[in-house]
Formats: sequence, C-alpha cells, structure tokens
Amino acid sequence: MTRTAVPKISVRRLKKSFGRNRVLDGVDIDCATGESLVIIGGSGTGKSVLVKCILGLLQPEEGSIRIDGAETVGLRRTARERLMQKFGMLFQGSALFDSLRVWENVAFGLIQGRGMERQAAKKIALAKLASVGLGPEIGELRPAELSGGMQKRVALARAIAAEPEILFFDEPTTGLDPIMADVINDLIVKCVREVGTTAVSITHDMASARKIGDRIAMLHGGRIVWEGSATEIDRSGNPYVDQFVNGRAEGPIQMEIRAA
Amino acid sequence: MLRFLAAIGAVFLRFLAATGRLVVFAGVALATAFSPPIYPRVILREMVNIGYFSLPVVGLTAVFTGMVLALQSYTGFSRFAAEGAVATVVVLSITRELGPVITGLMVAGRVGAAMAAEIGPRRVTDQIDALATLSTDPLRYLVLPRLLAGVITLPMLVLVADIIGVFGGYLIGVYKLGFNPEAYLNRTQQYLETNDVVSGLVKAAVFGFIVALMGCYHGYYSRGGAQGVGQATTYAVVSASVLILIFNYVITQAFFAR
Repeated sequence: MTRTAVPKISVRRLKKSFGRNRVLDGVDIDCATGESLVIIGGSGTGKSVLVKCILGLLQPEEGSIRIDGAETVGLRRTARERLMQKFGMLFQGSALFDSLRVWENVAFGLIQGRGMERQAAKKIALAKLASVGLGPEIGELRPAELSGGMQKRVALARAIAAEPEILFFDEPTTGLDPIMADVINDLIVKCVREVGTTAVSITHDMASARKIGDRIAMLHGGRIVWEGSATEIDRSGNPYVDQFVNGRAEGPIQMEIRAA
Repeated sequence: MLRFLAAIGAVFLRFLAATGRLVVFAGVALATAFSPPIYPRVILREMVNIGYFSLPVVGLTAVFTGMVLALQSYTGFSRFAAEGAVATVVVLSITRELGPVITGLMVAGRVGAAMAAEIGPRRVTDQIDALATLSTDPLRYLVLPRLLAGVITLPMLVLVADIIGVFGGYLIGVYKLGFNPEAYLNRTQQYLETNDVVSGLVKAAVFGFIVALMGCYHGYYSRGGAQGVGQATTYAVVSASVLILIFNYVITQAFFAR
C-alpha cells in the first residue's frame, strides 16, 4: 500500500436525502492511492448511496468529493465522462447487459467508451475472462446462460477490463455460496494487487471485509462511526462495530421491526 | 372551496413539473447528438426494429383502412351523386391524415411499449448505471439512437402505408364498386398535391419522435421492479397515443389552416 499526501478519494461532509429521509448526514472519509477500503454497515444505511455519490450516479445535496485532489461534485457531462474512465464498478446484481454476449459485455467499455476496435477489444476481454478463471467458450454465451457465481466473475472481468485507477465493489459476495464467495474474494484481492488499483468495497459480509480490506470503515446513522485497519476490527472498542461484527440483535443498532 | 382550488393547483403544478422533466430529458438526449461518439450500429438496429418489423401490422391496417374509406365514402357520396370523388377522398385522407395517424398509433403500441419494456429492466437491474461506469453516456447510447431511428423511419413507414392504403381503396373501388381502373387512378392523381404527401411525412417524423421519446422516458425513469416496468409500458403507449392526436391537430393547423 502506497500512501501519498493527497488521498485518491476524499469525501467531506457529504449529505444526501431521498425526500425526508436523510441517508448520508455528513460523511467524512479518505482512501489513499493503492489502498483497499471496505465500508461495512447494515442494510439501508446508505453504503450504496455513498458509492453512487462518489461515482457521480447520484448528486449529493451538500459536501465535497475529491478524486486525486480535484473536486468532482457538480462536474459537467463531458468532464464526468472523462472522469468515469478512472473508475470500474462491480454491481451487486452484476448488471450484465443481457442483449450482449459475455465477451461483448467485458469489452463494452473498451469499444463504446474508448472507441477501441472490436477485434482488439475481444482479445483483451478474453484475457480478462481467463484471469477470472473463465475460458473463451464462455465468452460466446449470453449472461442468462451463466450461474450467479459466473456472472459475478464476468462482472469482475468487465470492471477490470479497462484497467481503471479506482475499483468499486458493491456487495461482491451477496447471494453466493461460501465457497464461491471466497473464490470471488480471492479474485478481487488478486485483481486489486495485480493492477495496483485503489479499491472501495461495500459489504455486510465480514469474512469478505476481512479478506479484501486493508482498512475498514463503518457507516451508521448517515455517518462514519468507526474506521481502522482490518486487523483492528475485532478490538475496535466501538459498540456499533462490536454488535455488527458479532451479529448480535442487542446493542446500540436497533433494527426497525414492527409486529404484523 | 379553498381546498378544491389547492387540489387543482397541485395537479397543475405536477403537470408542469412532469412536462419540464420530459423537455429537459429530450433536450439533454438531443444535445448528445452534437458531440462524438454516435452509435450508427445501434441506430441501424433500432431502425430495423421500428421500421422493418412494423411493416406487417402497418401494411394490414393501411390496406383495410383504405378499403373501408372507399366503401364509406361511396355510400355517403352516392346520396348526392358525388361517387366520382371517392378516389380523391381516399388518397387525400390517407396521405394527409390516416396514413400518419394510424401508423403512429400502431408503432406506439408495438414499438413504444417495447422500448419502455426494454429500457425499464435496465434501470431496475443497474444496467443504466453500469453504462455510465463504462464511460458510456446512457442517454447517448440508449435514448438518442431510438429518437433518431424514430424520426428517420416513421416517414418511410408512412410512405409505404400511403401506397398500401391507396391500393386498398383501389381494390374496393375497381373490383367491388365497379369504377374503371384507369379513371380511378387518374382521379387519384388529379387532385393530389405535393403538400398533401409532405404534410403526412412531417407528421410521421414528429410522431416517430414522440413514440420513441415516450417509450424511452417512461422506461428510463421506471421504478419498483416488474410492476414499475409494466406501468412504464402502459404510460408510454397511452401518452404517445394522446400526444400523437394532439400534434396531429397542431401540424394540420400549421399546414392547411387558411
């Protein structure tokens, strides 16, 4: 991990609401170049919203998001399109384009986003598929013909195809069996280390967080309530983190459960 | 009373807000046409979807519309011995009104719904966000090609519908009502002006834009899984159909009002 003076990602006092529901209420967090940051938190705490704000898919009401020191909130469309070339994203549901073949999905950003010639892009796509353990025959299939685990691997290959500077992983192991989840975790670690990218992952799978994260931050009540290295998570001394890590119903985090 | 007025005001404000959102959506999508990249393969694919695959349904409706028009105008005009005007009425009605309107409505039902149903699940399954993260503007890739394909293809479809509709009138006129074929064709050409056909083609281009815009808009902003997508397809067809009828009047007024 290489730390530089200017964080790769710097988020300050970020606020985002949906109607009257304030999801992010002053989030402050940094991620250094080459670091793998994992954001944990319960369902509905705004982890995905935070990542979508950083990516520019959602507009925050207040606050600052800096990438390599440059402000990105309020960027115009063309500048945003250029900035997007720094990013790669693995979505929770894989979000593969069902009308395209697997290799076309992986090569999509290269062909449509960067104007690369199809045959050259196909070569890269097949190489990326191989790096996540999928053969060239898989490249000719449609996403609907693949299992959930294979779809996640294809989505990972697509995310890394253009060798982005920053990778985002949204619940990368959700819905997978423990073995496939570990395979995906290993692939994420391998991809992040091989390419040397900065990575931001959001998850509530603690096994995944421990494996892929250099640093872990916990989001609760619209703010970061704790952050520290992955090795410190079990002795954080933070009651929110302790409850979440140990999966206890009793504690400061109260789930909204109403009798039917 | 005050509550009643407040309710009317709220509905009016919602209508204005929705219109504003639609105009901004269309404007931003069209603005992407002025900078690269443009996706010709996607435009061509959409032209085939809208044009080629709509030909059977548009052809069928056009031929029967022409046939009914010939029969109705014959029975109506025979009351004051004006049967000779049947061919003229058929060709003017088809080229000015029925060709573009019926084609627009058919395409709204077939293509508008399909566009909403295709784009809606992409929103629900994060595919539209995925496009953005792959440095591809979703409006440029998903919406602009459909808008352009609608504007280019509908006039071609209407031209075909015009020919088939007039042919339907000819079939009834000659083989059922006993008109002389040559005289019928002469009458068809005699009073037809360029403006009649051009106004129909202009209508077609506008209707193509409306159908594509409503399909894309409702699909793009669909929410809430399968139910939301179903709702989006309904809204796409209904709003496009209503707008087609409204703009039909507006364009007719612009071309023919003296």
